[in-house]
Amino acid sequence: MKSLLFSLLLALSIPAWAEEAAPIGEDPVIEQRMIKLSEELRCLVCQNESLAGSHAELAEDLRREIRTQMKAGKNDKEVITYLTTRYGDFVLYRPPFKPVTFLLWLGPVLFLGLGAGIWYMTLKKRRALKDEPVDEQQLAAAAQLLEDKK
Amino acid sequence: MKRWLPLVVFLVLVGFFAKGLFLNPREVPSPFIGKAAPAFSLPLVGDANASFSPENMKGKIWLLNVWAPWCVSCRQEHGVLMELAQTQTVPIVGLNWKDKSREAEQLLREQGSPYAAVPDDQTGMVGIDYGVTGTPETYIIDQAGIVRMKHVGPISPDVWKDKIEPKLKELGA
Repeated sequence: MKSLLFSLLLALSIPAWAEEAAPIGEDPVIEQRMIKLSEELRCLVCQNESLAGSHAELAEDLRREIRTQMKAGKNDKEVITYLTTRYGDFVLYRPPFKPVTFLLWLGPVLFLGLGAGIWYMTLKKRRALKDEPVDEQQLAAAAQLLEDKK
Repeated sequence: MKRWLPLVVFLVLVGFFAKGLFLNPREVPSPFIGKAAPAFSLPLVGDANASFSPENMKGKIWLLNVWAPWCVSCRQEHGVLMELAQTQTVPIVGLNWKDKSREAEQLLREQGSPYAAVPDDQTGMVGIDYGVTGTPETYIIDQAGIVRMKHVGPISPDVWKDKIEPKLKELGA
C-alpha cells in the first residue's frame, strides 16, 4: 500500500519537472498560460519531450514566439493554429478528431467492443453446456483411470 | 484454424512493430506540401544591402536548402550540393539558418558555394515559418511558388537519384 502511494506521488510529480526548463518571463500570467499550453505541445527536436520541458534551441525559440503572440493578445487557439500551420498536427500531443484519426481515437472503444463480444459469446456457449447425467459405469471408468495413474 | 489464431494475431502485431521500427521519426509530414511557400524577404550573406525573396524565383523550379555553418551533416551535404550545382540546372537557394556566430560568409568563401543565393535568417523565424525542425532540410518549390516536396536530412547522391531528381522530372525541370 505504501509503495503504491509512493508511486502515485511520483507520477504526480512528473508535470512539475516538465516546467523546470522554461525560463521565467516578466509576466507571470502569460508565463503560466505559455507553460500550460506548451505542455500540450511536442518539441520537434526531442520528440518525446514537451515544448515546455525541452532545452532544445528550437523549443526556446518557439516558447519565445508563443509568449510574444500571447502578449500581442492572441488566444490559445490562435497560437496553436500558428504552430500547426507550420509543423502540422504532429506538434499536438492530443491529435484532433478528424477522419484520419478516427481509428486512433475510436480504436480503444472498438477493441473494448470486440472484447465484450468475445466474452459474451464465450459465456453463451458455456451456458449452453447442459449437465448430463453420469451413469455408474462412467464413474467406475473414471475411477479406474485415476487408479491407473497412481 | 482456431489454434492458429494467436499466431496470426502475433504476426500481424510483429508486422506493425517492424514497420514502425524502420520509420524515420524525423520524417514528419510537412503541412506545406501542395501549399504556397511562405513569403519572406531577407538580406543576403555577404551583401546585406541585397535581399532575397521567394518571389524572385517565380517561374522557376528551385530548391530551398536550409543549412547552417554549425551543422555537421550540412558539411556532409555540402560536397554533394557542390557537384549538383555544376551538373544540373535547378537553382539551389541556401537559407542560412540561425547563424549566430556569423560564420557562413567565410565558410562559403573557403569551401565554395553551391548556392544561387544565400538569404541570412539570423533569428530563425523564416525557418520556423517553413516548419524547419533541424538542418539540413530541403524543399522543392515549383514555378508557381508551391512547395512540392520536403526532404529532411542531408542530400546524398542516393537521395538525389531516388527522391529528388524523379520529383524534379515530374515537375518538368
